[in-house]
Amino acid sequence: MSALPQNPSRRTMLKGLGMAALAAGPLSACAFGSSDSGTPSTTAPAGPVSAENPFGVKADAPLEVVIFKGGLGDAYATDVHEPMYKKAFPQATIKHVPTQQIAQTQQPRFAGGDLPDVIANSGSDLMDAGALQSENQLLDLSQLFDAPALGGSGKVRDTLMPGTIEAGLIAGKPFQMKYIYTAYGLWYDSALFAKNNWTPATTFEEFDALLGKIKAAGLQPFAYAGKNASYYMYWMIAITAAKIAGNQVLIDMDNLKDGVWTSDPVRQSAEKWAAIGKKYLDPSFEGLTHTEVQTSQNQGHVGFYPSGSWLENEQKEQTPATFQYALTATPSVSSSDKLPFGALRAAAGEAYIVPSKAKNTAGGLEYLRMMLSKDGARGFTEKTGNITVVKGAADGLPLSPGNKSTNDALNKAGSNIITYNLFEDWYKEFETELRSKTNALMFGRINAEQFCKDVQAKADAVRNDSSVTKQNRTS
Amino acid sequence: MPRGGARFVIGFLALPVILYLVFVIGPYFQAFYLAFTDWKGFSKPPQWVGFKNFEDLFHNDAFKAAVGHHLLLLLSLPAVTLVIALFFAFLLNMGAGTRGVKGSRFYQAVFFFPQVLAVAVIGVLFQAVYRPDKGGVLNGILDIFGIAPVGWLTQPGLALWALIAVLIWQQVGFYVVLFAAGMSSIPKEVIEAAELDGCTRMGMFFRVTLPLLWDTVQVAWVYLGILAFDGFAIVSTLSVDQGGPDGSTTVLPLEIWRTFRFSKYGVASAMGVALFVLSLLFAVLTLRVTRRERIEYA
Repeated sequence: MSALPQNPSRRTMLKGLGMAALAAGPLSACAFGSSDSGTPSTTAPAGPVSAENPFGVKADAPLEVVIFKGGLGDAYATDVHEPMYKKAFPQATIKHVPTQQIAQTQQPRFAGGDLPDVIANSGSDLMDAGALQSENQLLDLSQLFDAPALGGSGKVRDTLMPGTIEAGLIAGKPFQMKYIYTAYGLWYDSALFAKNNWTPATTFEEFDALLGKIKAAGLQPFAYAGKNASYYMYWMIAITAAKIAGNQVLIDMDNLKDGVWTSDPVRQSAEKWAAIGKKYLDPSFEGLTHTEVQTSQNQGHVGFYPSGSWLENEQKEQTPATFQYALTATPSVSSSDKLPFGALRAAAGEAYIVPSKAKNTAGGLEYLRMMLSKDGARGFTEKTGNITVVKGAADGLPLSPGNKSTNDALNKAGSNIITYNLFEDWYKEFETELRSKTNALMFGRINAEQFCKDVQAKADAVRNDSSVTKQNRTS
Repeated sequence: MPRGGARFVIGFLALPVILYLVFVIGPYFQAFYLAFTDWKGFSKPPQWVGFKNFEDLFHNDAFKAAVGHHLLLLLSLPAVTLVIALFFAFLLNMGAGTRGVKGSRFYQAVFFFPQVLAVAVIGVLFQAVYRPDKGGVLNGILDIFGIAPVGWLTQPGLALWALIAVLIWQQVGFYVVLFAAGMSSIPKEVIEAAELDGCTRMGMFFRVTLPLLWDTVQVAWVYLGILAFDGFAIVSTLSVDQGGPDGSTTVLPLEIWRTFRFSKYGVASAMGVALFVLSLLFAVLTLRVTRRERIEYA
């Protein structure tokens, strides 16, 4: 499973919620042993506070930046953000630390007290942000989001895509800055579609007709990987339910609200998708993996594949030059849907943190503010090809087909953003059952009504299980 | 014992015994203890909950399904593996009277092959064999005859059998070699005498070979039975959704692993204790039931 791409926010969350607590728990005594010895952030050097320098960065204070040098590289830091900082504070020396082992190299420093000022907490060896926060090691970034936006108008929080700040919450406060924006929907090859005169559908009726045409052309019109990525499919069911009745449905799902799975929107969504499954989903897909289905799509055998915007990057090596990744939102159920067709699921990921006991916390905050400026975000997109949480920062940039399509879809969605399912991180036991039932529904072993009943029963069981810690979200 | 002998022996044994106590026996006791607590794997200390975890197991569908699958495995895996292994071993050793069939050494090596493959490799291999579309090895062959692809691992009624077949394939080689070794230690005179008395191949097998091999078969049965309580690696790499479809292939080690991931260490430990008891019960029963008089070759 770990080989599968997942939303970074989700990965962090999962770690935050305790996977790493397994190791961190017994070790915390030594790993975070001296955590109480320092007093948070009062030791940071302070310069004069002004509109240009809202955090009071001391002009000659050195700044240390730790960058996860993985798929994104570290040129975005060395060529974009660090020069921006150097330009603003020419006297400051910047220490750039690229690493692939964030936890291995940085976690011991929290015990020692010699801390960097910014950390890209990413990769498979990331630190347990939840555990760090519980030891008061992270700086509350509220002041960052309330500071004036660099090179723009208003506050930083106004320049960000919806849900960005929420994605970095730990115990109700923004301790992480999530930087990359991921969109979810149906992926297809726009070149293939153009050649065949197919246009992505806006309603389920059109979708049905289109899949019929694709099938007639000898392709598998719709596919998902039942073997190890059935959650891609329940994402679609959840998204459609949210389109019918608004994002509140997803919030209710996460809060294990009584009867949400048996409610009309969810049942309707399950019915619509089950009908697609029955008509167009080949039974063999239940036994195939994400990689196998992806490859099949790259070879031109699959029409639509539900997934997230990492797909193009992940498949870069295998994708033929003629293949043009494109994203379309899931079809609408009826004209009385609460959300328009363009409404898109999107979420922010890739966490950046400022240690609360860093020597130059003001500099760390300023560095993050520069990342969140339009120029900083554009530079990041130019260097990495990924779209950031900064609104409109990627507009007009030469993007890859998939990223361009994602950017267009996000612009079209505007504020109609459907949020992520947090129950995936919060209630793994429930999520496991949902995966299994999703396969049963889509491959025709149970009907929509049974699906809703079974899933609700599991939600009830988890809600009533006193040994499971309950979480809550309001937005 | 010579002077200083005891000290010598203790000196040599102390370290391994301590390691064994700390890393094997210790965790056993820990698991038994945790099974009676509500521990979640975090820093919060475990609370004693008595038999609650065990009572909960009776309402746990996945657990019950897994136990059922183990019973099925227990009935099929040792029996089928032993029959095939004995058959091959007999052919290899006595296929031609006192000698094996032509090229028996070669076959013996080939049969042993699956045993040296890492489980992960077997997983990947059978993923290709069982692939549910025409790209699969089996379905590709069926396709030649115009038969539609079979969902070996996607049909709830078929999936577990497909996995049992992999386990059998994986195990047969080892037991062929084991039985072949056992058969080669049967004195030639006994076999020649039986042949002179006009014993058929079939008769030879059931009246001479099998009785003289009984000890080995018994051990093999226990080994395979214990293996029937595992299956974790094969199930988790090959099955749909790890234990699916619809939980039709799940096994106890997989459920234990899953329950750990749900951060329910107490319940998972209770499952572990249940698995321990089941395995032990099986081993004791088998040794009891299969007890026979030993035959000693003077």
